[in-house]
Amino acid sequence: MIELRNVAYSYGGAELFSDLSLVLGPGSFHFLTGPSGAGKTTLLKLCYGELTASSGEVLLFGADARAMDRDMVALARQRIGVVHQDCQFLDHLPLAENVALPLTVAGRKGDAAQDLADLLGWVGLTAQAGQLPPQLSGGERQRAALARAVIMSPDVILADEPTGNIDWEMSQRLLTLLIELNRMGKAVLVATHDLNLIRAAKAQVQARVLRLRGGRLQSAGVDL
Amino acid sequence: MRVRAGNTLGMALSLVAGDKQADRAVPPTGFTAQLTVFAAGAMAFLAVFALALSLATGRLADRWAAELARTSTLRISAPADQMAAQTQAALRLLQTTPGVAEARALTADEQRDLLEPWFGPDLPVETLPIPQLIEIVETGEGYDAIGLRARLQAEVPGALLDDHTRWREPLVAAAGRLRVLGWLAIGLIAAATAAMITLAAQAALSANAQVIRVLRLVGARDVYIARAFVRRFTLRALSGAAVGTVAGMLAVLLLPDADVAGGFLTGLGFSGWHWVLPLLIPPLAALVAFAATRAAALRSLKEQS
Repeated sequence: MIELRNVAYSYGGAELFSDLSLVLGPGSFHFLTGPSGAGKTTLLKLCYGELTASSGEVLLFGADARAMDRDMVALARQRIGVVHQDCQFLDHLPLAENVALPLTVAGRKGDAAQDLADLLGWVGLTAQAGQLPPQLSGGERQRAALARAVIMSPDVILADEPTGNIDWEMSQRLLTLLIELNRMGKAVLVATHDLNLIRAAKAQVQARVLRLRGGRLQSAGVDL
Repeated sequence: MRVRAGNTLGMALSLVAGDKQADRAVPPTGFTAQLTVFAAGAMAFLAVFALALSLATGRLADRWAAELARTSTLRISAPADQMAAQTQAALRLLQTTPGVAEARALTADEQRDLLEPWFGPDLPVETLPIPQLIEIVETGEGYDAIGLRARLQAEVPGALLDDHTRWREPLVAAAGRLRVLGWLAIGLIAAATAAMITLAAQAALSANAQVIRVLRLVGARDVYIARAFVRRFTLRALSGAAVGTVAGMLAVLLLPDADVAGGFLTGLGFSGWHWVLPLLIPPLAALVAFAATRAAALRSLKEQS
């Protein structure tokens, strides 16, 4: 679904990484680790077309991202759910409208009211549906971001430090949600520093752990 | 080109239909919204006056041209003992000239009245070597000025025909220039409105960079994001211009009547079906706002990507 072939990315003349290849196929589960500044977030942004590779190929659902115009990238993003560490909500809209935003943008709001209610129940945020994002706790915001990422039933879920601001119990809950989605056939890529989260995941699901370091992507064991 | 026109038309139609959800995606901006409405209203108010000026000068030019074109003057400069004979000869000639409806020698009193503004009321016209003036009123078709001059030269050597061309042309040209200035003012007002709305739209787009980032993250296309801004600014311009136009029309309506005051400026206004023309200002302002905001939004979104 998303494939990176010999990708390099440079910023301000400095090469962040090069010769990087990765395939996110249906039902795959990847963790991406590495030191801060190694380029994990950049790699995720390449995967959803926010950035363009300096060289190499990024294929989004079979199409070369470099050849895609902004409308095509937007349509591809409707098949990719993204969870940011800082969540990124529209602070003037209630939580329910934020979660439903991908449906609204895609013009599918009308027939998805029940889906929205079910999803809010699934992430445990039914009671907070009418609250504005600034009124929510960090964990609630992370769960809401995950709910928004999956409401379109995307093929791929990309999560950037989804447990960065929440406690262990909430991290476990988020991990459970991601594993559940992966079992539905979604490709999942999680960028994280949290080794405990990776260990917990590997106990439950066949996950591949990748390490981005020194501009190279390597497979790594759980004992990183 | 056709696809682009189709996109613009589609956007215009969806603009009319509206999209409540897309509108809600962009947070409301109270103060800048009021400024946009005010600016559109002020510009529409000025546009009403520019339009009134343009139409009034057009009417004035037509009236001057028509009035001056229908009359001309024959001036007879002859020694005192030949003045009466040449005047009579000229009148006889004019009576037989096709295109001349009426010819009449001005009386001494009338000639004194003409000179009074320059020489005062007690001018002894009879004792001064003042030319005799004959007023000629033309028929609708008019006369052949070249032919008449030739006949006058032969039969009335002291006659000089003034068909008012010298007067008419600069007056009509001046009125025409005023009319052009009026339309130029309307054009400048439209351009200034577009510039102000572009600046306001750019400011709104910059202020909502985070909103745009989020919308893009969830797969919003540029036209979807632009639509919320375009609709908002178009409706603001429409409502502001509607208020400004109504205020401008009321102000024009309340200007002193031309017949009472008699001056040029008091003739500023609309007459007949021309009262419909200012009503086109609000939709035109909305059109300008639509085009300006759409261009600004799409350019800004392209730069931000």
